[in-house]
Amino acid sequence: MKTHVLFNLFATFLLADGLNIEVSVFDFSLQLQISHRFVFLILNFTRNVAPLLINTQLFTRFLSRISQDSAGQFFSSGHTNNWAVLVCTSRFWFNYRHVANTLSVYRSVKRLGIPDSHIVLMLADDMACNHRNPKPATVFSHKNMELNVYGDDVEVDYRGYEVTVENFLRVLTGRLPPSTPRSKRLLSDDRSNILIYLTGHGGNGFLKFQDSEEISNVELADAFEQMWQKRRYNELLFIIDTCQGASMYERFYSPNLMALASSQVGEDSLSHQPDLAIGVHLMDRYTFYLLEFLEDIHPASKANMNDLFKVCPKSQCVSTPGHRTDLFLRDPGSVLITDFFGSVRKVEITTEAIDLTDPIKEVEERYMHSYVDQLPVSEIIHQKPKQKDWHPPDGFILGLWTLILLVFFQTYGVKHLRHIF
Amino acid sequence: KQNAAAQKQAEPAVLQPTPQPKDDFQEELVVRPLHSGDIYASFQFRTLWETDFMRGNKVSHYRLFPKSLGQVISKFSVRELHISFTQGYWRTMQWGQPYLPSPPGAELWVWFQDSVTDVDATWKELTNVLSGIFCASLNFIDSTNTVQPSASFKPLGIGNVTDHRFLRYATLPREIVCTENLTPWKKLLPCGSKAGLAVLLKSEKLFHSSFHSQAVHIRPVCQDWQCKTTSWELRQTLNVVFDLHNSGQGKREWSLFKMFSRTLTEACPLASSSKIYIDITDNPEQFELSPATSLLSQAMVLGDRRTFSVYDLTQQDTFGSVRSLNLLIRWKSTEGDMLRPLLHAERYVAGYGLQTGEIHTLMYNHHPYRSFPVLLLDSVPWYLRLYIHTLTVTSKGKDNKPSYIHYQPSKDRVRPHLLEMLVQLPPNSVTEVTVQFERALLKWTEYTPDPNHGFYVGSSVISSLVPSTVAMDTNSTRERPLFSSFFPCKEESSYFVRVYTEPLLVNLPTPDFSMPYNVICLTCTVVAVGYGSLYNLLTRSFQIEEPSPGLAKRIANVIRKMRGVPPL
Repeated sequence: MKTHVLFNLFATFLLADGLNIEVSVFDFSLQLQISHRFVFLILNFTRNVAPLLINTQLFTRFLSRISQDSAGQFFSSGHTNNWAVLVCTSRFWFNYRHVANTLSVYRSVKRLGIPDSHIVLMLADDMACNHRNPKPATVFSHKNMELNVYGDDVEVDYRGYEVTVENFLRVLTGRLPPSTPRSKRLLSDDRSNILIYLTGHGGNGFLKFQDSEEISNVELADAFEQMWQKRRYNELLFIIDTCQGASMYERFYSPNLMALASSQVGEDSLSHQPDLAIGVHLMDRYTFYLLEFLEDIHPASKANMNDLFKVCPKSQCVSTPGHRTDLFLRDPGSVLITDFFGSVRKVEITTEAIDLTDPIKEVEERYMHSYVDQLPVSEIIHQKPKQKDWHPPDGFILGLWTLILLVFFQTYGVKHLRHIF
Repeated sequence: KQNAAAQKQAEPAVLQPTPQPKDDFQEELVVRPLHSGDIYASFQFRTLWETDFMRGNKVSHYRLFPKSLGQVISKFSVRELHISFTQGYWRTMQWGQPYLPSPPGAELWVWFQDSVTDVDATWKELTNVLSGIFCASLNFIDSTNTVQPSASFKPLGIGNVTDHRFLRYATLPREIVCTENLTPWKKLLPCGSKAGLAVLLKSEKLFHSSFHSQAVHIRPVCQDWQCKTTSWELRQTLNVVFDLHNSGQGKREWSLFKMFSRTLTEACPLASSSKIYIDITDNPEQFELSPATSLLSQAMVLGDRRTFSVYDLTQQDTFGSVRSLNLLIRWKSTEGDMLRPLLHAERYVAGYGLQTGEIHTLMYNHHPYRSFPVLLLDSVPWYLRLYIHTLTVTSKGKDNKPSYIHYQPSKDRVRPHLLEMLVQLPPNSVTEVTVQFERALLKWTEYTPDPNHGFYVGSSVISSLVPSTVAMDTNSTRERPLFSSFFPCKEESSYFVRVYTEPLLVNLPTPDFSMPYNVICLTCTVVAVGYGSLYNLLTRSFQIEEPSPGLAKRIANVIRKMRGVPPL
């Protein structure tokens, strides 16, 4: 027990050291990597503010399982709900492919079980009902209009001008104004697995939002750290499909993050194929092959993350996709695709019965109602002018009158004051 | 458990002895062939519920009325709510008057109950909640585009208090309407899009049209002719106009399958009435309708007596032996002109350059001998500074003084201009309202990411009581088709009409957004070069340095140093 307290203190000391926080936490995470299982235990202890009894239970269970060598079972994911935040950051018709990218991931995620209420979809521009679209209300991912990823049942939570860096970071960290509706919030808890997918135009260390602002990799890493400290996720999978996408996950330092990118620093992500009828490129290569991979996944599939890392090799993608798993505690081979792309739903069957109370019968007053006259001309003409609220005079008006009075008294002399007062 | 058991046995419900508040659902589709060869389809879904949201004990059992809207009504003390999403502009001169008018973009107007203390705060929360329900960016509605009309937009439901302090009106002309707005709208219907007329609402066909408008209207209505009890009415309407050439392949031959790519197989089981009305008033002998129906109905709508063929979907024999209904409508084009609508309006921006301009609104009165008053409502954003002293209203070349003007000037970044005028339109004339404006320069952070597209000015609203050719039906509670009972009718000789003009698109002077970067580079270079040079001149001292002597002299100096003699 003492060791875990010490470790706890050590961890908090490191985190609190503002001077070289990055380096020390990175070192800490390096140590995590080395003593994998040991540190999982430590983290379990430091995270659980539960009574000692549970800790000892876990400890004994841990020992027994290690002795049974069924480590795979022990490291199965402990999440209870799934969320997805899918963001397309590009505006204008020629960026059709970014919207198609996001919608194809949305489609896969919905098909595998995550409901609309758990998906925050942000599209910076409308392609489906754009006047340049020869087939309105459709967004295609394959040429010759084979697959309509827009579909008939789509709910976009942030659209158009609402997709800004500020809104994105507010959604992630949960710091939204109180009147924001539920469909626009990421209401995740510490048992949520979150999938975050970003696409658009990017560069070395930044991602461009709507051609007018950008988000840097440092900001993104800090946002994830805020999420970690507020216990807003259990595990997080970050996928980015932009040019030089690997630069966006270089700066991550929070635990339990896994990241995939479509290209390394210095490489461009290329688009897949144009459709001559629509006139633009329909999808980016990485997401196209990702979509094809996900089409083979069904909710009971046992495919794991190692298969996902193999999606779109250099021969297909031209760029080299990258991934980062050092901050992730479990072995990627034991993480199922459906842990992030699908949805866990725990159903509890109960045999209890609930008594419904009888509705209360109310007695209404009865008096004659009537419809209002839509254009009562005489009433409008003789409408009394509204009582205007009286405001105290403006500073300007006061200054002007003071000036006038001063000039008057200067010209005509102070003796005239007598006549006024 | 009791309910489940009762339903399983398919017995009439022997549930609780106390009766539930009655709710009723009706659905209706009106198809009107237009003179230009296009076809106009108008869906209306009405849910009536005799309940009181405003009482203390909250309503907890929702059946046909959607719970999300019921909670909105009770939480924000809403008396009336009208929201519409429209893509396209209604061409009155080619298509006539619509059953339910709406401006391009999104429009929201709400009457609050008089128990609300802070209307502005409630309005802001309501717009945020509605933006989540309808997946639209209604959260952009704030004080800069909300107005409080003083005479227009009287409540369409029952009530006797009309203090305009409780009315708020806002439009978002830029709002895009697409499947993501249709999806939650369809989910509000009791049968969803699985049964009944809503089966026809497929987005790929609906958005490939000249005009698409979906709206939700909530208001209290009279339950019976005595009007002692009120019930809440929720109307969901969808108007769509399919183009002759885009969807119709140039032939005046339309069918349900051609329009919606679906046919009807059953009525919504929860509906008490489910009907299709086809307007056959124009050119009756050249009109072909199959499958034939014997039901005919007449209704007074838009000041005219129209004849409709009716298909009742609750009757099983409507669907025939194939168990599906695909109406086929065919008509020949007539050479004559369409009957011109009596009231029509246009609006455009005149002028040149990015400094000033002029807004012209034209209102046409096509009645040959009757004049009638119209109420014009204009809401102009603050960045177009109107010069109200240049406001002129002319009819037939002469000045036409409005009998009522209400003007609220704008305040920069706080509220827009509001101009309401009651103008009498002389018969068979054009009335022109002009006002000059100046364009403001916005702060560079206030520009949208695509400022060169332009900035929108919302449509003007023209409300009027237009004289009708036939006596309108003032009995508000007789069994009438839904499309004729939307606007309440108080007198027989006129009917209420609301016309929306086009929205305007104006360019504001747009800065070059790369200039801050350029300026910083240039300034830093100038400062570095200029100040650096000056600093060097001022702080460094100059020493004369002798040029290095030749080789011979250097050797001589070395020898002289050895000798102890001063150098050359």
